[in-house]
Amino acid sequence: MKPSPRSSALAGAVLWVILALPPVRHVLESELTPQVLVQIPLLALAGALLARLFSRRLDTVMRLWNDGGIPGLLLASVAGMTWMLPRLMDASINEEGYALAKFLTVPLLVGVPVALSWPKSGFVTRGVLLLEVVATAFRMGWLYLVSPERLCSNYLLGDQQRLGKLLVAIGVVIALVLAWQLIWGRVRVESPQ
Amino acid sequence: MPILRTLLASLLVLTAGLTTFSYATNGFRAYTSESARRIEVREHPRKVPDVLLVTADASRTSFASLRGRWLLVEFIYTGCASYCALQGDDFSRLQDRLKGPLARRKVELVSISFDLKQDGPDRLAGYQKRFGDRGVGWLAARPLDQKGLAKLMRVFGVTAVPDGAGGFVHNAAIAIVDPQGRLVAIVNWNDLNAAEQYVTHRLTT
Repeated sequence: MKPSPRSSALAGAVLWVILALPPVRHVLESELTPQVLVQIPLLALAGALLARLFSRRLDTVMRLWNDGGIPGLLLASVAGMTWMLPRLMDASINEEGYALAKFLTVPLLVGVPVALSWPKSGFVTRGVLLLEVVATAFRMGWLYLVSPERLCSNYLLGDQQRLGKLLVAIGVVIALVLAWQLIWGRVRVESPQ
Repeated sequence: MPILRTLLASLLVLTAGLTTFSYATNGFRAYTSESARRIEVREHPRKVPDVLLVTADASRTSFASLRGRWLLVEFIYTGCASYCALQGDDFSRLQDRLKGPLARRKVELVSISFDLKQDGPDRLAGYQKRFGDRGVGWLAARPLDQKGLAKLMRVFGVTAVPDGAGGFVHNAAIAIVDPQGRLVAIVNWNDLNAAEQYVTHRLTT
């Protein structure tokens, strides 16, 4: 049974507040790996949970402007790509303005659009997006692994290389799961609309 | 027509995204905060705050009293066992290379320690001695207090992260301050040629 929109929105709001608590921020931002693999994904999840509260009300708008979920997923990709910039991750720790921007834009410009667009998107759109997720994990992972210099001034080189390994591993896992689903799973090729 | 609207919405998202991305990378040039600080300093020189310093001979000075000459500034801590050890070595080599301008007080080499807990005048003096201070034109100092240090680190864009073994990992570089007291350039910590040429070029023109 799916939880009601109200309770998932509440869960999203609680998650958002917890992530913003100074001690939680401190722990998750003290190293690069938890910031990239825990804090930012959970912020996006908080937004996605919140989105269920107004997804029905936005239905007409979405039908008109977010056909097949493409603009929404594009928005999430662009916003997500921006927060992958090492200098912005640095700035979100050193400067309050950037911290606020991260805590607002990751849930609202990544989590919310994904939640509103994914159910509307078809096989091809999802395939392209997922492939791009895998490719990005490999690209960023490789960059962090081979860079002899620290890309974030706030973090140590060993931390950066650990994140690189994890990103490559995550890319491999997602790719394997997708391949498994394509070969042995049930694949719905037609558009959900 | 949802298709046309979707196309329009996608184009708007892309334009806004590219604009933001371009702004966030100084026009697709800086992806790390280190490259960003170098570009920003070069394009918009920053006024160095007049922070009080305690020098290796235990006297006081300040950035204001260092005006009127070119400064090559490095941030260090004397306990460093890794490549910051080479920073001290490089400064004594710069003393040889810039002998004339240093003697004429046109240029000054400045090592600033960010380790206020450990680095007093004696340790600063030991640091200079260890790396063969030639005695002319090299000032080793630390900010008087934490507040001054924080100001300097912000303006110079220096980050020092504890390495878990009592030391620090920091973005070492040579920062160049002009005679008006403005931070005008940052070059690689081991690029002595760039640092030397930057000031000699400006002293001769």
